[in-house]
Amino acid sequence: MKKRNSLGWNFIRGFTWAGLAFLVLPTLIAVPVSLTPKRYLSMPTGEISMRHYTNLFSSAEWMSSIGQSAIIAIFSSLIATVLGTLCAIGLWRISSRVSEVIRGILLLPLIIPPIISAMAFYRIWVKLGLLDSYSGMIIAHAILAAPIVLITVSASLANFDLRLEQASCNLGASIGTTLRRVVLPSIKPGIWAGAIFAFILSWDEIVVALFIAKFRIMTLPRRMWDGIRENTDPTVAASAVVLVLVTISALTIYTIMTKHVRMQGSLVQEENS
Amino acid sequence: MLVVPLFGLIIVLYALPVINILWLGVSEPELGIQNYKLLFTKSSLVKILWTTIRVCLITTLCSVVIGYLIAYSMVHLVGREQNWMLTLVLISFWISVLVRAFSWLTLLGRNGLLNAALVSSGLSEEPINMIRNEFGVLIGMIHYMVPYAVLPLLANMQGIDHRIMDASRSLGAGSLQTFLKIYLPLTKPGVIASSLLVFIISLGFYVTPALLGGGRVLMVAEYVSVQILITVQWGLAAMLATLLLSGVFALLYIMSRFMKIGEIFGARP
Repeated sequence: MKKRNSLGWNFIRGFTWAGLAFLVLPTLIAVPVSLTPKRYLSMPTGEISMRHYTNLFSSAEWMSSIGQSAIIAIFSSLIATVLGTLCAIGLWRISSRVSEVIRGILLLPLIIPPIISAMAFYRIWVKLGLLDSYSGMIIAHAILAAPIVLITVSASLANFDLRLEQASCNLGASIGTTLRRVVLPSIKPGIWAGAIFAFILSWDEIVVALFIAKFRIMTLPRRMWDGIRENTDPTVAASAVVLVLVTISALTIYTIMTKHVRMQGSLVQEENS
Repeated sequence: MLVVPLFGLIIVLYALPVINILWLGVSEPELGIQNYKLLFTKSSLVKILWTTIRVCLITTLCSVVIGYLIAYSMVHLVGREQNWMLTLVLISFWISVLVRAFSWLTLLGRNGLLNAALVSSGLSEEPINMIRNEFGVLIGMIHYMVPYAVLPLLANMQGIDHRIMDASRSLGAGSLQTFLKIYLPLTKPGVIASSLLVFIISLGFYVTPALLGGGRVLMVAEYVSVQILITVQWGLAAMLATLLLSGVFALLYIMSRFMKIGEIFGARP
């Protein structure tokens, strides 16, 4: 294209990179701040220190928050993945007007603003005695995350040929066997994506946690919220780095897993051809 | 059968509790529309609604302009540069809202890094207030929303046949004219979709206004949380939640007329 070297185009390109810098660079500020040798929020000048990380990992409170967040994220993403996947397969098989209405209802937790979800959970959790408990947090996060699994698995299913399932059934496999050996392997990328996204959603969820967790349950984002409001202790910077590192690791696992599955898929195709 | 577990869970522990909240708006403290009447008698409520709408409109405008720029460059580039841009947008998409708020507070606060730099370099005599006001909230919200603006625009722009633009240019139109008369109208569905998406998400925003506004930029979500956790006025909070939810659904309905929402959410076409 001749336009690629024109002045106007380079102008646009420059502004784009400036926009991307605005998106990414400010969020990196927690990294140097967490390495400051001083007791207050500041940039390290000259020397760096790991004291705030030592602080974070030797504090019983911060460690319990990290542990609680991990437990809640693992169990809620597990529940969301199982229920979301089963539901996606169920909707895909019946596919009708009714199923579209059901799908709409199932997507509500994703559409309704988090503050309203938080109010709803708070009211009913008080009645059920689930306030400030592991099960309360896990169920709430599972409900919020299940629609994401539903979406990613449905997207995988859209590329899956319904006749393969019918063939498997016609050849005598039970529905259970067909699901396990024919359907599930081919929608693996969608299940992985849903599981990882559900994990991240729970791992850094704050609004619902503010309402339904108080004393016994103090997730990592919840403790960071308090720390950010005081905004003096660089330990919060260290915890922010840890929070983001876990998110990035989860996304890396996702990239590796889906790549792996895709490679397996293409290998199978080559063998078949 | 496979649908039942999740459907049951969401109906019983989510949909019904949400409906219960809407019901509280007309039943708490007593049956009637007294909470809705407050909208006409309590001027602070109108101010909060107005602040919310104003902040959301400015956020939407800025996010979509920046998002358009990024999406435009991305579809016109190839190879490594395009991949890098997409990676950066996705990283930004996934960064926790708390970490963002922390970063902006650290950068823009009164004792923050930017003010320290401004004062020590002599560019400013005293620290400038960049947070605990609407400016801070807007920066934080635009920063969060740009990736959401980019994605629908990108999908729209990737579907445009670029030979149309070549045709326009070969027929003698200048670059600017081609952009304004051909490209911009073709991307209108993308612009509408991304504006509505950003506006809808902004409406319910809680964390960023609460942390960067420092209590001075009160938007609906934060006010609702104060009504519940501090002053315990469920009726008023539920009424505002109902307004918020009606706004979200009305906008979703408009959005559904411009695009097939079902397809975004993975329904079979």
